Amino acid sequence: MLSVLAILLLRSSDHAWIRRIALAASVAEFLISLLLLRGFDSAASNFQLEEFHEWIGRGIHYHIGIDGISLFLVLLTTFLTPLAILCSWQSIQQNVKGFFISLLVIETAMIGVFVSLDLFLFFVFWELTLIPMYFIIGIWGHEHRIYAAIKFILYTMFGSILMLVAILWLYNLTGSFDLPAILRNSDWLAALSPRTEMLLFGAFFLAFAIKVPLFPLHTWLPDAHTEAPTAGSVILAGVMLKLGTYGMLRFCVPLFPHAALRAAPYIGVLAIIGIVYGALVATVQHDLKRLVAYTSVSHLGFVVLGIFAFNAISIQGAIYQMLNHGVSTGALFLAVGMLYDRRHTHEIKEFGGLATPMPVLMSFFMFIALSSLALPPLNGFIGEFLILIGTFAAHHTWASWAASGAVLSAIYLLWAYQRVAFGEVTVEKNRSLPDATAREKIILATLALAILFMGIASPLFTRRMTVATENVLRPFNQMQNAARPAPAPPAKKQIGHLATILPGWQVRP
Amino acid sequence: MQMSAEQISNLHRLAPEIVLCAFGVVIMVLDPFVSAARQRVLAWLAFAGTLVALAGVYVAAHDSGAAYSGLIHADSFSLFVHVVVIGAAGLAVLGSINYLDTEGLQRGEYYALVLFATAGMGILAGANELVTAFIGLEMSSISTYILAGFRRRASQSNEASLKYFILGSFATAFFLYGIAIVYGVTGSTRIDAIQAAFSAGGRLPGLAILGLGLIFVGLGFKVVVAPFQIYAPDVYEGAPTPVTALLASAPKAATFALMLRIFYVSFGTASHLWFWAVWVSAVLTMFIGNLAALVQSNVKRMLAYSSIAHAGYILVAFIASTDLGIAAVLFYLAAYALMKVGAFLVISHLGQQGEKRLDIRDYAGLGMRQPVLAACFSLFLLSLLGLPATGGFLGKFFAFQAALDSRVVWLVVIAAINSIIGAYYYLRVIIAMYFWEPSKDYTPTTVAPALGAALFAAALGTLYLGIFPARVLSLAKTAADSLLMR
Repeated sequence: MLSVLAILLLRSSDHAWIRRIALAASVAEFLISLLLLRGFDSAASNFQLEEFHEWIGRGIHYHIGIDGISLFLVLLTTFLTPLAILCSWQSIQQNVKGFFISLLVIETAMIGVFVSLDLFLFFVFWELTLIPMYFIIGIWGHEHRIYAAIKFILYTMFGSILMLVAILWLYNLTGSFDLPAILRNSDWLAALSPRTEMLLFGAFFLAFAIKVPLFPLHTWLPDAHTEAPTAGSVILAGVMLKLGTYGMLRFCVPLFPHAALRAAPYIGVLAIIGIVYGALVATVQHDLKRLVAYTSVSHLGFVVLGIFAFNAISIQGAIYQMLNHGVSTGALFLAVGMLYDRRHTHEIKEFGGLATPMPVLMSFFMFIALSSLALPPLNGFIGEFLILIGTFAAHHTWASWAASGAVLSAIYLLWAYQRVAFGEVTVEKNRSLPDATAREKIILATLALAILFMGIASPLFTRRMTVATENVLRPFNQMQNAARPAPAPPAKKQIGHLATILPGWQVRP
Repeated sequence: MQMSAEQISNLHRLAPEIVLCAFGVVIMVLDPFVSAARQRVLAWLAFAGTLVALAGVYVAAHDSGAAYSGLIHADSFSLFVHVVVIGAAGLAVLGSINYLDTEGLQRGEYYALVLFATAGMGILAGANELVTAFIGLEMSSISTYILAGFRRRASQSNEASLKYFILGSFATAFFLYGIAIVYGVTGSTRIDAIQAAFSAGGRLPGLAILGLGLIFVGLGFKVVVAPFQIYAPDVYEGAPTPVTALLASAPKAATFALMLRIFYVSFGTASHLWFWAVWVSAVLTMFIGNLAALVQSNVKRMLAYSSIAHAGYILVAFIASTDLGIAAVLFYLAAYALMKVGAFLVISHLGQQGEKRLDIRDYAGLGMRQPVLAACFSLFLLSLLGLPATGGFLGKFFAFQAALDSRVVWLVVIAAINSIIGAYYYLRVIIAMYFWEPSKDYTPTTVAPALGAALFAAALGTLYLGIFPARVLSLAKTAADSLLMR
C-alpha cells in the first residue's frame, strides 16, 4: 500500500496522468483492503493479520494488525479516498502533483493509525496525517485558508504532544510500547495511583477530544472544514475525525478503565452539549459548508456519547455511526463542493430553487441529507438508534437529551435543503446551471449505494464488530465482577448480537 | 628513533586532531602561494581534511583508550562526539565555498581556522583533564571569534566578533576560576581523580560547589543556555551564515560532551546539587528561546533563538543523570547538528550577496520557485519542530523518555508545551514558502553543486536518523556506557 507513492513521484507535469495514476492507485488499495474482509475471522478475539518486525529497539516495534473496529475504518478510508480524488478531478488546477501526493500520503498515514498496535508507531502515523492536511488546507483552500490551516495544526499538535508524554510515561510503567502486551499485563494498572491514571487518561483523552472534536475544543473544525477544498473536507470529516473516536476506543478506554469510568459522566455531558450545541449552531448558519461542518460536531457527539455509555450496544452503535458519518458527511461535503464548483460560493441565499435546473444533483443531495438526519432505513438511523438504545439502558436522561439532537438535525438539514432546492429560482445565474456530469453521477451514485447498503445490511458489519466491542468492555465487566461477588451478567450484553434484533425492530430497552 | 608501543597508541588516539591541525597548517602555508583566483583549491583541501579526520576517528576507534597518561580519552563517547563535530565542520566547509565566492572573501585562512576550531572541539570532547579541556576550549573559541568577524566590511559581523570575543573571554575566565577552585579542594584536575576525591571524602565541601557553579557558567555560555544566552542571537545573526551553521552545532556538541564528563563523572555522586540549577536553566532556556523566536521576522535571527531553545531540550535529557540520559543527549546532538547546519546553509544560499534577503517575506513563494530547496528547508524545519520520521522528533522523544525515566515529569511537560510554541514559528516559514504569493523582484540563484551536496547529505541524515535510528542509538548507548564505566 505504501509503494504507490513512488509511482506518483516520478510524474512531474503531466496532469491527466497524475490524476489517473492516483485514482488507479487508490481504487487498487480499496480492492486490496476488501481482501481484508476475507482474511478476517469475526469470531477470533485477538488482533488478526498481524505483522511484527523489529524496528528501533528499546521496545519499539513495527507491529500492525486489525480487529473488528479498525477493519471497517480502514475500509472507510480506502473507500473515500478514490471519491475524494475523483471529486478534485477538475477543481484542482494548480500544483496538481502536490495535491494528489498529499492525498495519498494522508491515506497511508490514516491507515497506519488504524492498524498500528505499537504506541510509538501509532504516534508517528498520527502526526504524519497532520502535515499533508495542513498543506491541503493551506495551499488549495479558500480565502482564509492560512488562518484555518495554522489553527488546525496548532490545536491538534497541542493535544498530541501531551499524548506523547503520556505514551512515554506508560512505557515507563509497563516497559513496552506494544499495545496487546500492555493489555495482557494488568499488574501495572493495579499498581497505579488513581491520580496518575487520571492524568494519563486525560493526556490521551485531550488529544483525541481535540481531534473529534468534543464540545469546548471544537473551534478549529468549522474553520478548517470551510476553508479546505472539497477533497480536504471529505477526508477531514470522513476519516480524520474518526481518528479521535477510534483512539478513545482503542487506547483511552481499555488502557485506563477506572479513570474512564470516573470521567464518563463529565464526558457524557460534554458530548450532549456538543450534540445540541452543534445542531443549534448549524441551524443558524448561512454558509452551507459551515453548516455541514457543525453537523459533524453534533454527530460526533453521538459517537463519544455511545463510547462513554460503556454498553455493548452503544459502542457498536458508535463504531457504526463513525462509518455512517464518514459516508454521509463525506457525501454532503461532496455535494456542497459540486455546488461550489458551479457558483464559487457557499452562501445559502445565493442558491434557491436549484431543484429546477439540476434535478439529479438535488435528488442525490436530498438522499444524502436524509441519511445524515437518520431516516430509516438509511445508514444514519441504525447508528444513532443503537447509540440511543444503548445509552438509554445506561442513563435515561442522557439518551433523552441526545434524542433532541436527532430532532434538531432534521430541522437544520431539511430547512437548509428547502432554502437551497425548493421554491422559485431566486438568483438569475442559477437558472442555467448544468446538472450533474457523468463523473459526479458516479461519485454520488456510489455513495448513495453505500448509504443504502449500510442501512439495510447492517448485520454484515455489526457481526464482525461484536468481539472487538466485547474486548473494549472486558475490563469493565471484570471491574463489576470484582465489585459484586455474584453478579448477574448484564442483560444488555445478550442483545449484543444485533443480527437478531434489528430486522424486526423488537427491542426492549 | 624507535617509538614505543605506547607512543604509537598515543598518536593513534589523537589521530583526528593531528590530521585536522596538519591540514590546517598546510593550508596556512599554501595560502600565500595560491593565487587569489584559485583559493577554492584550499577549500577542497579543507574538506579532504575533514574526511581524513573521519578516517582518523576510525583509526582511533581501533586503538581506543587513554592517551598521554590519561589526559585525553579516545573512548567511544569521545569518538561519537568527534564524528558529530567533524561531520558538521565538513558540511559547513562545503557550504562555505560558494558563499565566500559571492561575498568576495575566498581566503585560505578561513578554512584553516575552521579546521583548528574543529581540532579544539575534538580535544574538548576527549579531554579527561580540566586544563587540557581548557586548551581545547581556547583553541576552538579563538578560532571562532575570528570566523564570526570574517565579513570584515559588514558592521554586524564586526559587532558579532567583538561581542563574542569579550563575553567569551569573560566566560572562559569563569571556567578557569572554577577549575582552580576545584583543584584547590581536591588536589587534582583529572576528572576521574576528582570523583575519587569526593567518593573518599563523603560530603562535598561548599567550595567545590562554588567551583562547579563557575564551571557551569563558563560552559553554559558556550552551549548557550539561559541565563548566559544574551550574546547568542547577535553573534549568530552577525556572523557569516556558514560560520553560524558551524557555531550553532559543533561547539555546542563538544561543550555538551565536556559538561557530561564533568557533571556525570566528577560530580556524578552529587547530582542532587546541580539538579535544580540545571532544571531552572532548562526551563528558562526553553522559554526565552521559543518566546523570543516567536516574534522574529528575520529568519536567521529566528533560527538563532531556536538554537537556544534546543539547548534547553538537550538539558532536559541532560538532567536525567542516567546512561539513557547520556545516550539521549548524544543522539540529540547528532540530529541537531544535521538539521541546524542544513537550515543555516539554506539561509546562506537564499540570503544572496551581502546577506540581504533574510526576512520572512523574502521566502514567499519559494515552494513554487525552487521546490527542491524549499522541500529540504521544510524538512529541516519540521525536524527542528519535532515531527515524526525526522531525526529531531526522535531526539526529543529519547530526551523526554530519559527524563521521564528519572521521574522528571514536570520538566517534560514544560518541554512539551514549548515544542508547541516552537511549532508556530517554524510553520510560519513554511507558510511563507508555500502559501504566500511569490514576490516579483527576486531572481533565484542556482544552488552550487557543493552546497547541494551538503544539503542533500544533511537531509538524508535527518531522515535516516528519523526512520532507522537503531544503529546510531546503539552507538550512543555504547558511548554512554563507556563514559560511566570509569
